[in-house]
Amino acid sequence: MTEWRLYLAQRASAALLAPLVLLHLGVMIYAIHGGLTADEILARTRGSLLWGSVYGLFVAAAAVHAAIGLRNILLEWGRLRASWAGVAAWAIFAGLLLAGLRAVAAVVMP
Amino acid sequence: MQPSKALLVKVWRGDASGGRLAEFDVPQQPAQTVLDVVTWIQRYADPGLSYRFACRVGMCGSCAMMVNGVPRWTCRTHVNKVLDDGRLTIEPLRNLPVIKDLACDMSEFFDKWQRAEGRFSGISTRASPVAEISPRDAARRNADAAIECINCAICYAACDQVAWQPEYLGPAALNRAWSLQNDARDCRYESRLRAVTADGGCQQCHSQQGCAAHCPNTLNPTASIAGLKRMATRRLLGLDEQHDD
Repeated sequence: MTEWRLYLAQRASAALLAPLVLLHLGVMIYAIHGGLTADEILARTRGSLLWGSVYGLFVAAAAVHAAIGLRNILLEWGRLRASWAGVAAWAIFAGLLLAGLRAVAAVVMP
Repeated sequence: MQPSKALLVKVWRGDASGGRLAEFDVPQQPAQTVLDVVTWIQRYADPGLSYRFACRVGMCGSCAMMVNGVPRWTCRTHVNKVLDDGRLTIEPLRNLPVIKDLACDMSEFFDKWQRAEGRFSGISTRASPVAEISPRDAARRNADAAIECINCAICYAACDQVAWQPEYLGPAALNRAWSLQNDARDCRYESRLRAVTADGGCQQCHSQQGCAAHCPNTLNPTASIAGLKRMATRRLLGLDEQHDD
């Protein structure tokens, strides 16, 4: 993957994350402020295609964005070779994606 | 006026294989520039000192050096504005290989101008009418804002991204490419856009603005690079005008 495509992927994921982070903060404040219990939250999220899609997209965008950003840091500050930084970025992407999707599945799967 | 006191000046002496800072006591003079200091050392203390200069008035861009860790035109830098506790440390420009002492090898700097297609390519002939370009045209204003670069490499020395990623084209080459992308008479739009988005291109810039902070001509290469990023993204999304080259 060329550096230009990585740059575009990171900017596109940032554009997705900007509203999603605000939405996530709003949801957290709503849930805590209203005093919802874990059961009440799960009752709203389980089986919900909407919450599954929103947080699935959030996780995918975060995994892409973080992996590319950390790759840059490994290249520029860590002085890693591009091939090793690429391997590390793919590992970070896969780890974040799996952990994130597992968390999403835990709250939306019926 | 008699010299009031001596400056303690450290000057980097060496070549590509390494070197050290040599110390000199240089008489302080009124209205003295850093280039005056270097010249005094070569004339009166160390004739073997190598450095580069030409115009002495901030037009040629050949006398740039690191002065107390900051890239500067030495001909336009007054000593009394940069003295650090009566001391000056003068080193070759950062991010470029040293030939000898204060003279750097500028080859890679200009090679990158070529890689960024920083040369004008017109399609007009002697028989063509003179291009009519309004000075109020948006593209012409973009080109005007970037066009006063004199290739001194101060931005290149100031750029951390060049230090971290030696393949990066650097602020000067990309600024030049931006001025040509906005020149209605130039005919390499597509080809140059590919060149500046290849690996090492404009996407490597993190907008830290070291180039803009240090440019003696007060240009803003970061803004030019951001313009190239926008231009290339709009091209990808099909939002720009079609170009014929």
